[in-house]
Amino acid sequence: MPASLKLFRTSTFRLAALYLILFALSVAALLAYVYWNTTVLLERQTDDTIRAEILGLADQYRERGLDGMIETIQRRSREDTSSIYLLTAPGGQPVAGNLNALPPQASTNETWFEFPLDVKHGGVTEHHIARAYHTGLTGGYELVVGRDVAAPRQFASIIRKSILVALVIALVLGLGGGLLMSRNFLHRVDAITAASRSIMAGNLAGRMPVTGTGDELDRLSLALNQMLDQIERLMSAMKEVTSNIAHDLKTPLTRVKARVESALRSGVSSEYREALEKTVEESDRLLQTFNALLSIARAESGQQRSGLEPVDARTIIADVAELYEPMVEEQGGTLSVEAAEGLDIVADRQLLAQAISNLVDNALKYGARDGEAPRIELSGAIKNGRVVIAVGDHGEGIPIADRERVLGRFVRLDSSRSRPGNGLGLSLVSGVVKLHGGVLALEDNHPGLLAKVSLPPVGRD
Amino acid sequence: MQTMAQDHTHRHAPQTTSQRMRILVIEDDREAASWLVKGLAESGHVADHAADGEEGLALAMECVHDVLIVDRLLPKRDGLSVIRQLRENGIKTPVLVLSALSDVDERVKGLRAGGDDYLGKPYAFAELLARVEGLGRRATGQPLETRLRAADLEIDLLTRSVTRLGRPILLQPREFKLLEYLVRNAGHIVTRTMLLENVWDYHFDPQTNVIDVHISRLRSKIDKGFDEPILQTVRGAGYMIRAS
Repeated sequence: MPASLKLFRTSTFRLAALYLILFALSVAALLAYVYWNTTVLLERQTDDTIRAEILGLADQYRERGLDGMIETIQRRSREDTSSIYLLTAPGGQPVAGNLNALPPQASTNETWFEFPLDVKHGGVTEHHIARAYHTGLTGGYELVVGRDVAAPRQFASIIRKSILVALVIALVLGLGGGLLMSRNFLHRVDAITAASRSIMAGNLAGRMPVTGTGDELDRLSLALNQMLDQIERLMSAMKEVTSNIAHDLKTPLTRVKARVESALRSGVSSEYREALEKTVEESDRLLQTFNALLSIARAESGQQRSGLEPVDARTIIADVAELYEPMVEEQGGTLSVEAAEGLDIVADRQLLAQAISNLVDNALKYGARDGEAPRIELSGAIKNGRVVIAVGDHGEGIPIADRERVLGRFVRLDSSRSRPGNGLGLSLVSGVVKLHGGVLALEDNHPGLLAKVSLPPVGRD
Repeated sequence: MQTMAQDHTHRHAPQTTSQRMRILVIEDDREAASWLVKGLAESGHVADHAADGEEGLALAMECVHDVLIVDRLLPKRDGLSVIRQLRENGIKTPVLVLSALSDVDERVKGLRAGGDDYLGKPYAFAELLARVEGLGRRATGQPLETRLRAADLEIDLLTRSVTRLGRPILLQPREFKLLEYLVRNAGHIVTRTMLLENVWDYHFDPQTNVIDVHISRLRSKIDKGFDEPILQTVRGAGYMIRAS
């Protein structure tokens, strides 16, 4: 997955994004409140002024009659440039005021209205907007009082733009900050992931990085490191115990064998000979089981990863097939091999060959129904980017319920335990496959068992 | 290492053409060592014993032995350090490393330290003897040959052809390798484990004895139609090609 996509999936980034949305919403609410307050206030001020003027003119009209009002309008028109006045006689003739004619937007009713207003300002005509109140007077006269609202409208527009810019800036800063924060976090998580991968690969001395800031990640790393210290101690203790057991058990076995073999060489009567021969046989079997257990334990602990090297699985498949082919043929069976090219993997050649030969061995022992000759298929292919080595037979197979269980140690489905084997073959295969970072799957071969070992190809962990 | 399970009767020492060798056994387990010394003596060799690493190193430095058998876990100085010290002093006496640690990577450690062969404990004596004698022969050196001969069988290594009494025998590549190894050790016992290690280059222990079938296939090709079998089975030990 590309690095940028990975960034968006981090929990820090998601958290940052959530905060960003909440922050943007509250900033927007705050700004909307400010905008609404200022613009509405300004509009209301305009309306109040107009209403006060109308009341003032109405007073003049009542006290001094029409002429008084006309005089007041003329005086005010001269004084105040942002106020608009118009008094028309019945028939629409302008009587007084600074407006030439009744704007078409004005209706006859008592209403508020807005209309475009051209203002000459030092020789330049500016297009403004005016807000006005239109009222009818007795005797057919009509009065329009308004104000040029270009300035407050412009102010509102500036506020609107500022709010937009502020929102965009907040979003950009928040998004950038979130990205930076999560990238920093991601970088440290990556370092921890890399460290744990290397430890899983067998580098037991590896530890999680600690930055020294004492933050949550550092505390996590420190706790993990303490756990790793403990694991390393246990592993080395286990290694020592395993070596000691190996030595302590094998030494007496060596003596037993030496004694018995020497007795056999010196010539014994036939009745003792058989007993002695059985003794050697039993001690060999004991040793075989013991060695298998040690191999499984070592494979499962991952200690042997140091022995991994690039190999072509095709050659191992060919070797195992070549090793077993005469044996299968002797039993009247067939061993077919199908291996694709380019099965490059990183593996311990010896262990992998042993695992595959264990699978072929199993197929040879259990892979045929009574009275039939074994038919074994050994194959190697690349499926979904993984190297899959499969061994199929046509025997009784393994019931689904038992497929997990047979990977355990000493598990034999043959409950009478009459067939040869120690029940460790598949456990070793499972351990070896795990050591290689692969998966062992036991499937139905319709009929029979299909054992699939899928391993990561070269270049992947 | 235990492929000897099925067949281990020793009726009498097989008819081999080994030279008498002087062998040094460095092993702290006195009982195991005494059985080993006794067995080697019975096989016609002279064996000395050292019970710890220092003593073993001192004896090995005298350079009078043909082969050294060195246990890995020894008091005073461990087996690998003895071998390393010998090699540093330029002493090239072949060494068979014995160890209870028979895993593949332990084996690699043993060989890396300068050991020539590695055998896990407990071993079958026949296996040990075959390996020790093999090391002794290796030390006397084999000239670079293009032809190998054993009795009436001849191998041409250049054309990779085999003839017996002048009659050509057709072999598969692996059968050829198997025969070549047997003929190089003609007159000496070769164990199944030695065959798996040297012909197939695998060190694990197959659950079924697959080597026997390969041998019987080879035998059917080189012995069929001839009066005297050249490839013999040595009970309890392995196989041997007659030298003459």
